[in-house]
Amino acid sequence: MLQILDVDGHVVNEALLPQLSHDELRAIMRKMVFTRIWDQRAIKLTRQGRLGFYAPVAGQEASMIGSEAATSKEDFLLPSYRDVPQAVWHGWPMYQAFLYSRGHVHGGQMPEGVNVLMPQIIIGAQIVQAAGVALAFKLKKEKRVAFTYIGDGGTSQGDFYEGINFAGAYQAPAVFIIQNNQFAISVPVHLQTAAETLAQKAAAAGIPSERVDGMDVLAVYSATKRAVERARAGEGPSLIESMTFRFGPHTMSGDDPTRYRSKELEESWQRRDPLVRFRAYLEGQSLWSQADEEAVIEEAKTAVSEALAKADAQPKMTVPELIDVMFEQLPDDLRAQRAEFVK
Amino acid sequence: MAQMTMIQAITSALDNELARDPSVLLFGEDVGQSGGVFRATDGLQKKYGDQRVFDTPLAESGIAGLATGLALQGFRPIAEIQFFGFVFEAMDEIAGQAARMRFRSGGRYTSPIVYRAPFGGGVKTPEMHADSLEGLLLQTPGLKVVIPSNPYDAKGLLISAIRDNDPVFFLEHMKLYRSMRAEVPEEAYTLPLGKAAVVRPGKDLTVVAYGAMVHTALKAADQWSKQKGVEAEIIDLRTISPIDIETIIESVKKTNRAVVLQEAQRTAGAAAEIVAQINEHALYHLEGPVKRITAPDTVYPYAQIEEEWLPSTERVLTGFEAALAL
Repeated sequence: MLQILDVDGHVVNEALLPQLSHDELRAIMRKMVFTRIWDQRAIKLTRQGRLGFYAPVAGQEASMIGSEAATSKEDFLLPSYRDVPQAVWHGWPMYQAFLYSRGHVHGGQMPEGVNVLMPQIIIGAQIVQAAGVALAFKLKKEKRVAFTYIGDGGTSQGDFYEGINFAGAYQAPAVFIIQNNQFAISVPVHLQTAAETLAQKAAAAGIPSERVDGMDVLAVYSATKRAVERARAGEGPSLIESMTFRFGPHTMSGDDPTRYRSKELEESWQRRDPLVRFRAYLEGQSLWSQADEEAVIEEAKTAVSEALAKADAQPKMTVPELIDVMFEQLPDDLRAQRAEFVK
Repeated sequence: MAQMTMIQAITSALDNELARDPSVLLFGEDVGQSGGVFRATDGLQKKYGDQRVFDTPLAESGIAGLATGLALQGFRPIAEIQFFGFVFEAMDEIAGQAARMRFRSGGRYTSPIVYRAPFGGGVKTPEMHADSLEGLLLQTPGLKVVIPSNPYDAKGLLISAIRDNDPVFFLEHMKLYRSMRAEVPEEAYTLPLGKAAVVRPGKDLTVVAYGAMVHTALKAADQWSKQKGVEAEIIDLRTISPIDIETIIESVKKTNRAVVLQEAQRTAGAAAEIVAQINEHALYHLEGPVKRITAPDTVYPYAQIEEEWLPSTERVLTGFEAALAL
């Protein structure tokens, strides 16, 4: 398993240390802290009924942010429902992510130039679609990459195999990232599969894979960067298994992780907290301070409040708006149905 | 003008559109070098190269998902599902994904995809090949469903489907592939989606049908006319979603009686929808209840008793008589 920083933030693999400037390293830390605060706020807002569907992300920041940071803005992201941070860091305005959570049609309306698809709910559907997006880049001879995420449970789906196999067969520039957070809601990986690792599933598709410490942001960045560069160079798709852990429940819709996870297990992963580890590394190089941390916390709180206010200000969508978005041209029968909703 | 079978008309439509628009891609199982199990894509890979016309791994969800992804990046994919009976494997990508794309992205992304699939009974295919599953698709908002009944319509409707900016499922009845020839222009032309055709005028009974059943209806109507001098007006729906209810109502107002004929099982299909709409829009013009002539609500019995199971000319005539007697 690829690791660059140990749990105390010491470099264990000097040779693999990614070439990142001080600003880039600080930017990664900023995004991780920001995401942790935003996640805490989103959980509260969900409890207050002010957001719709939400899947907590704390614990997975290194996996999410380290991988997204290794891509370019032209690269196309197909996120799953938990991958909202990557989508936002890739350009999706946060207030639209809130609207998406509430089921507003404007939520998924990506601004021009933002290469993100609305998060996927169906497990695995994004994998087959990513193969298509990647093939499109290859056919158009664009040096762009499709990158997508799936959970450990998702690797049991047929679409996971179909997608990685298609991408392999076409040597399409795709990067598939399994975020192995150990549980598919409540079912542990060892009950999902007899496979020793999820990374090895790539062998069946004939594509390279790598297993990384998903709590080590530099390791995730490094592995993803290599996969992205391979894809961009026309060397085909890769699969990354990022070993991570969600500290919270599966979603805010009633899941109680204490029913299926022991306190010891949770604590053992808390000790690997990606923020603590990377902070220690940066502090050791005088690249991060308490003041930096506090500034980001304030920035995140303000940004979330502003995004929420903007989402609140958006008029509620209407049924005619919904009908209008079904087809380019409204068929007669839908036009008649629309009229029933116009007062 | 050339005489073409329906399969030739389909190939011709694909050829025209591949030539016209470089964003059109054609793929599926065995569609490339082999030219498709029915030869619908014969010669197209040779003509347009394996970047435009290509074989896929054997996986229907993968094929449909590939189409979604390619459409997201500006291509116009034509994805072949080798037999319609295999569509269950791809239903998430079709109904759950592509047909919802406009909604999910607020119109930012669309799915200008054509899914083609052969289907239909009476040709003794193995199990899960002949089933008329179009009712499943009718319940999918955002998806259009086309079923042509002859070579001329097949070409014009397929070209319209390829040029449409929303996903269209194009169903090709296997029995019609080579059972008739018709005058079909070599060059491209379009027929509007969502518009039915009155293929036989009549004053005594409106018959709504689509696909191969149009021909069964025509045969029954001609027999009826000769034997009893009673004239059925036959409407070929051509598109079963959206349904051209206007043409149907206009006819019912004239004949005051209607039957709806479909090859599929009875419950909750296109015929049920048409009956409901006739009731909504033309109840007071009816002199009797609208009758359905369909297959029974069982699984498709492949091979041995297909002919008894499918609506036959005799059963259709009995249905006509019943509708007239009421």
